[in-house]
Amino acid sequence: MNPTLSPNPIADLNALFTFPFMVNALEAGTIVAVLAAVVGWYMVLRRQSFAGHTLAVMAFPGAAGASLIGLPTTLGYYLACGGAALFMRGARGSLRRGPGTETATIATVQTVGLAAGFLFLSLGNSVLGGTETLLFGTFLGVSRGQVLALLIVALTAIALTAIAARPLLLETIDPEAARARGVPVALLDAGFLLLLAAAVAATSQITGALLVFALLVAPAAAAQQVTTRPGVGLALSVAFALVIVWLGLGIAYFSTYPVGFYVTSIAFAVYVIARLTRRG
Amino acid sequence: MFAHDFVRNAYLAGTFIALACGITGWFVVLRGQLFAGDALTHVAFVGAIAAAVLGFDERVGLFALTVLVACVMAALGQRGQADDAMIGTVFAWILGVGVFLLAVLATSASGGNGVSAANTLFGSIYALTPGGSRLAAAIGLAVALAVLLAVRPLLLATLDAELASLRGIPAKGLALAFLVVVALVTAESTQAVGALLLLGLLAAPAGAAHRLTARPYRGLALSALIAVLAMWIGLALSYQIASLPPSSAIIGVAGAGYAAASVLGRLRSRYTA
Repeated sequence: MNPTLSPNPIADLNALFTFPFMVNALEAGTIVAVLAAVVGWYMVLRRQSFAGHTLAVMAFPGAAGASLIGLPTTLGYYLACGGAALFMRGARGSLRRGPGTETATIATVQTVGLAAGFLFLSLGNSVLGGTETLLFGTFLGVSRGQVLALLIVALTAIALTAIAARPLLLETIDPEAARARGVPVALLDAGFLLLLAAAVAATSQITGALLVFALLVAPAAAAQQVTTRPGVGLALSVAFALVIVWLGLGIAYFSTYPVGFYVTSIAFAVYVIARLTRRG
Repeated sequence: MFAHDFVRNAYLAGTFIALACGITGWFVVLRGQLFAGDALTHVAFVGAIAAAVLGFDERVGLFALTVLVACVMAALGQRGQADDAMIGTVFAWILGVGVFLLAVLATSASGGNGVSAANTLFGSIYALTPGGSRLAAAIGLAVALAVLLAVRPLLLATLDAELASLRGIPAKGLALAFLVVVALVTAESTQAVGALLLLGLLAAPAGAAHRLTARPYRGLALSALIAVLAMWIGLALSYQIASLPPSSAIIGVAGAGYAAASVLGRLRSRYTA
């Protein structure tokens, strides 16, 4: 099969939906886009991009380790990301030396995780087909089961975010006021990191561990350039993410180059345009 | 073990790379610029792939692209607010371009394969040539000396920007110069420990030193010492255990050092406070 663009856009759209793998990919992409946009909006507001990136990278040792000992890869994603979130949270609770040391902890967690992933990979060389897929993702071969699992994770995560939306916002913008009002700050902090871990683990199954950021940061950052109102910003962030994923998958279907390139490029374009419109 | 040429080359290059990483990393941690360093290490990967596609020497691509992106980040970084998100967006895109180049490389006639990409990502210190390792050592030493020569103004500009500008230290120029130095270290160390693992060599020894002492000179020395020790022990471990890749071993040792330092620091603050 080698799809080519015809002059008829309707036929092209129909072609997109003829193959089940493409339908699965579009569904998974849509779910992941909504989840990443919502959680990413909070992440950008909380300035936790570095922590987010580190969690994203943990998907790599997770998947490599799981396939080494024979667990399902998806389980490895969630376990490694969740574990790293708890570890970073634990290390952060005991810090009094300022922001520099905190980022040092995050960076150390990140590279030790990657080093472990590389070790797992070289131990079980034949088991895992390709570092590239783990790091840079693929949208081929998303199964029905995976779509369903993504949907459950996304619905749970978004429901949790919705319940905690207002206190989380308050805690993000003004931790002192939140503490005074009796908001459980420590619990929210830890809870958000776990939520971020779940979102990242879900996203990286489609985009790969290194390109999660395209969906996590870019739509949210673009939305925050355009508006400061939380509700509008969240909606806008979701809209941007959907456009990025749909366009990216659509173009990748008709081209020989990897989906990650298109998704990140469109995401970057959206961010640049949002930044320019604010200036003008 | 030192009878082998490749081991001697690895130790020569590794020692000076670790020295440069330890000293530069101490300032990176102090200035809270690890995320920028993280982005630069990923850029280094794309630079190497780009050089392979265009048919340049790998080092040209590494140095050119990392220094360029460092300059861009320094220029855009003065506005404060959007920093974090901007770094994230830019480097996600650059990685995306890297994926594209990887695909171009895989389909091109010159026949690149996944191995070269994996080498750039995770390093191959045992594959260094004698000339390459001597060059790496020279660059590492030069970078370390450059940072040490600028220690006083750099410290002042980091800790008290107002006072520094009163004394006539060009803070903006210094920030740019420092990011360029980080870029140089990144580009150089990518060949040894790989683009993805290099951040550990910047962060872990420096973070450990910051936890153990607040004094600048002692911290710098400690950071350099831990980095070099991690390199030596890691290389020796991976030589003894065949299935352990050298970069995993180095980062593993550095990470263990960081964990030990944070436990030690915590114990000490409990008993002295």
